Amino acid sequence: MTPAQRKQEKPLASRAVQAAFLIALVVLWYLATTRWRVSPLLLPNPLAVLRDFWDILTTGEFIGDLRVTLTELAAAFAISATSGVVVGYLISRTQYRIRVFEPLFAGIFSVPIILFLPLYVLFFGLGPASKIALGATISFFPIALNTIAGFGYVDKMLVTAARSMGASDYQLFRYVLLPAAWPVVLTGMRMGFTVALLSIIGSETIASLAGLGHRIVHLAEGMEMARMFAYIVFVVMIALILNTLVSVLEARGRRLQ
Amino acid sequence: MTPDKVAIRVTSVSHQFGEEGEARHVRALRDTSLEVARGELLCLIGPSGCGKSTLLNVVGGLMRPTTGSVEVAGRPVRGPMPHDIAFVFQENALFPWNTVLENINLGMVFQGVPRAERETRARRALDAVGLKDFSQHYPGQLSGGMRQRAALARALSLETGILLMDEPFGALDEQTRMILGEDLSVLLARSGKTIVFVTHSLGEATFLADRVAVFSARPGTIKEIISVDEPHPRRPDFVTSEKFTTIRNELYRLLHDEIRKTMSAESAAPGPTP
Repeated sequence: MTPAQRKQEKPLASRAVQAAFLIALVVLWYLATTRWRVSPLLLPNPLAVLRDFWDILTTGEFIGDLRVTLTELAAAFAISATSGVVVGYLISRTQYRIRVFEPLFAGIFSVPIILFLPLYVLFFGLGPASKIALGATISFFPIALNTIAGFGYVDKMLVTAARSMGASDYQLFRYVLLPAAWPVVLTGMRMGFTVALLSIIGSETIASLAGLGHRIVHLAEGMEMARMFAYIVFVVMIALILNTLVSVLEARGRRLQ
Repeated sequence: MTPDKVAIRVTSVSHQFGEEGEARHVRALRDTSLEVARGELLCLIGPSGCGKSTLLNVVGGLMRPTTGSVEVAGRPVRGPMPHDIAFVFQENALFPWNTVLENINLGMVFQGVPRAERETRARRALDAVGLKDFSQHYPGQLSGGMRQRAALARALSLETGILLMDEPFGALDEQTRMILGEDLSVLLARSGKTIVFVTHSLGEATFLADRVAVFSARPGTIKEIISVDEPHPRRPDFVTSEKFTTIRNELYRLLHDEIRKTMSAESAAPGPTP
């Protein structure tokens, strides 16, 4: 069964339930601000949030912060994707290195690396450099781990079969190892991208000079709750678009190997 | 046997895994010598772990024996010899991300067949195994029997003089196995290839082989060689003949003691070392 068929078979009903759930959340939110009188300092009215959201979009106020955040993300991901794949591949070449480094990386990956943000700020300053370094560090691990898993656990039978037919080292890499590892490496890159985005926006809210996370905290401190919520909605949408884009690229990448 | 009729010569080959004293040390094969004639189909049969697959891998250059030597076409085997030897493995040796046709083509790419020749060779191999309508299918979309036909087609397309088959039908059900065996007999009678075929099945060995080499328990060596004097291609009614039954029973008798020995060795010592 191809993924396309599976998607078709997914009943429409479950999509409807998902939509209804989200709508119910917004309705509850609305009721909380009107009927149940939750203070607008805690929870602003959704219509006010929508007004601010529209204002942010039409005035283009977001562009500066968005540019900062996306630049940090692009730089962090470029660093982690390159180094993660190279380091992961080199480790995957011997069983000894896999035994040493795989548990080590898995252990480090399970530590909340964002705790080291103060250290990164000391080393790299309050600007984008500290966000890039942190994002790159955090996203390095899933990419390296998946690259190890992809290249390190290729079915021995396939390697033996290729060798018995006279495959050279290059041919073995190009026609056996790479196609076997590629989907796993791509999944690692998608996971890496997601955690890079999370950690960059997260660290912007903690210590920064600009960026979407910085803007949200700045508005919160100014008690501009409706506008802060509008920015949160904006960030959620950007994250949604980016993650969808990366998933589509992943699905495409799987096909061309 | 005169030297030009010998396709494979195995001279006192022994093989052990790991070093002596290590926990994983296993003596798989002991002092085995064997000659396989050109165009002959030789079956290797024996209790599990007797080293028959090890011998096959040594012959094919996938393993270096600890001692002893193997010659193929008069040349010593030091590694894979893709122009002389093709393998069919038990299962899952097809590249799952390639179609049947791509699998066959890739084998020829590895072997170094010029592009212009690949197309016709692939067609011929697919026709021979009866898979021409399935060339665009992925291995995952085929039944176990069809996958093994595809693996056989890939090996045939390499047009080697020797075919080494390591329990190629081992994972298939009895009926599929029977049909594939019949087809193989027809196919191979035409091709004149030299074949070494590892199997667990007494019936399969009797049906396919010109000679059957029976292995002793681990560390295995060839205990006896039984000839099956019946021309190829073998007809399905060969299975019901008295000759078939006699040979099969003889193999059973030879093998039975060895299997008992293996079992008692395993229950006495749980580790791989006896």
